[in-house]
Amino acid sequence: MRGTSGREGQQAPAKRVQFSSPFLPYLFLAPQLAIILVFFYWPSVQAVQSSFYLEDPFGFGSTFVGLTNYTDVLKSTEYLGIARFTAVFTALVTFFALATGLLLAVKADGVIRGNAADKTLLIWVYAIAPPVAGLIGMMFFNQHIGPMVELARWFGWDIKVGLDYSDTAFAMIVVSVWKQIPYNFIFFLSGLQGIPVSVREAATLDCRSELRRFWTVTLPLLAPTAFFLLIINTTYALFDTFGVIDVMVKDKAANNPITLVYKVYMDGFRGSDLGGSSAQSVILMLVVLVLTVFQFRFIERRVHYN
Amino acid sequence: MAAIYIAEVSKIYTGGVEAVKSVSIDIADGEFIVLVGPSGCGKSTLLRMVAGLETISRGTVTIGPRVVNTVDPAERDVAMVFQNYALYPHMTVYENLAYGLRNRKTPKVEIDARVAEAARMLEIEPYLDRKPRALSGGQRQRVAMGRAIVRKPAAFLFDEPLSNLDAKLRVSMRGEIKRLQKRLGTTSLYVTHDQLEAMTLADRLVVLNGGRIEQIGRPLDVYHAPASTFVASFIGSPAMNLVKGTLAGGRLHIGTHAIDLDHSASAEGPVTVGLRAEDLRLASAGEQALLFRVAYVEELGAQRLVHGTVEEQELTIALPPEAPLANELAIAVPIDRLHFFSAENGSRLHRPRGTGVAAGAAPARPQAVNLEPAL
Repeated sequence: MRGTSGREGQQAPAKRVQFSSPFLPYLFLAPQLAIILVFFYWPSVQAVQSSFYLEDPFGFGSTFVGLTNYTDVLKSTEYLGIARFTAVFTALVTFFALATGLLLAVKADGVIRGNAADKTLLIWVYAIAPPVAGLIGMMFFNQHIGPMVELARWFGWDIKVGLDYSDTAFAMIVVSVWKQIPYNFIFFLSGLQGIPVSVREAATLDCRSELRRFWTVTLPLLAPTAFFLLIINTTYALFDTFGVIDVMVKDKAANNPITLVYKVYMDGFRGSDLGGSSAQSVILMLVVLVLTVFQFRFIERRVHYN
Repeated sequence: MAAIYIAEVSKIYTGGVEAVKSVSIDIADGEFIVLVGPSGCGKSTLLRMVAGLETISRGTVTIGPRVVNTVDPAERDVAMVFQNYALYPHMTVYENLAYGLRNRKTPKVEIDARVAEAARMLEIEPYLDRKPRALSGGQRQRVAMGRAIVRKPAAFLFDEPLSNLDAKLRVSMRGEIKRLQKRLGTTSLYVTHDQLEAMTLADRLVVLNGGRIEQIGRPLDVYHAPASTFVASFIGSPAMNLVKGTLAGGRLHIGTHAIDLDHSASAEGPVTVGLRAEDLRLASAGEQALLFRVAYVEELGAQRLVHGTVEEQELTIALPPEAPLANELAIAVPIDRLHFFSAENGSRLHRPRGTGVAAGAAPARPQAVNLEPAL
């Protein structure tokens, strides 16, 4: 697996693929580039453009309004409240999805060593589409038949999803975390199984406490996986939870918590305020950009790649 | 430092595969024991049971005064050197060495002192701030050794520590391991499949085959009096020639050849005859000889290995480089250097004269061996 540096140096040229024509690699890349262009760059440019205009709800033209859309959004207390909820929601979902996934992976790692059937059983939840997960989640929290509601009632807590702000938030977080755990689990598990057995054994001889071994040897070696998952999970919590939220609030945001992405959708497609909604999505884009840059600059430094 | 007693230890895996079959070894304090055998012979499993990385199915392992069967690996007071070094890739060399001590709440000053001492001994001082990936294979191996040394354990356990190194480095590290072990006087258990490594390092060799001990003894005793055809063919390079023959009336018959023995053989009937390549030489006129057909020659410089057949049975002879070669050679038979093994089970049929070493087929419990004075 790990050779001396000399050997690696010799192997490197052999791995390089040679193309007969300089255009061939671009040809291979073309489909992917086309998709990104059509589904990401073009909409992004359009969003930036329309964020400076006030669009007529019925499509009868648009007026240039400069930064008004942005100032309106940022001055709105409703928007700032949603932003605050989004921050809390993202932090909690990311943390619990990662922590639970890691915990399960560590426990499973001790039991299964490459048993494909067990692994598949443990990750199949990931194959569920977000709205379906949202629906199943809703059933868990259903007022009449939901087992979670039953459970909470035992402790004297009357959960009212869709009516009570914090109850809905709680259900939203639980379902979102639940949905993401299998994904994190499988990555952590393969990360754990990628740690050389002999390194773990060496640690067994060097350190008696299993917990301490985990913090000082296993977790640092898992850091590349954890960092990758941190970015993926943050993005998931910010954007991909849309389906879950949609099912939970069913367009009746009223007194229910929603995240920024859902607000973009509500304003743009329900409120027909394309300009304001575009301004929001541009802001969201910037937030994600800053967040990703921050993660790479300050967290990745502590990551040890093998 | 401590003696280690391995008493009738077996390893049975779920599914019933018995990897180690009732093995007993008494290891004296400060002794260097090498477990040698082909892959799958159970040598690594045995070592890992001593380390605590594998559970012991049957029998007991005693390190110093304690039976350690149920003792946590970290509490057994042993340090292990792994084949692929098993350094912590995210820690510097210093941290790698200090890790085991820190976890044992050793005072910082003491850790510094011990790491400095080990680093000086192994000449890895310039690399203390580096990560393992910035080191060469040999340097990594030294760090792995250092990690064992700083702990000052009761015993060192080596699991094929040199097999990832290139041939030249392997020879120099071999010398270094031996030197360090003598200097520190730490009881050592060393696993290898390389008979040369085993011969050069061991105070005593343990030859394992199929989970059982074939022979325990000092390297030269094992070499001169292999307990079985397995040991004979495993220890020594080139491997001992094994030829089928028949003993009858004080004569050894190999095909049409008949050789007079100067003593009455202890057995009659079919036997396997062992002949070391270096014990064979060209016959002078009038000597009783075997007719040897040369197939090919390997020139080693100091000697030449001549491969060929006697009576259709393969044989290798080590001859001095100036010896004349022909298609057919007359080979003198050193009747006092013949080894006889049972044709049925391959066990040795008689004690070699002069050496006085007990070499039963499979000594269950060897006598504690006198240590040679430390170098």
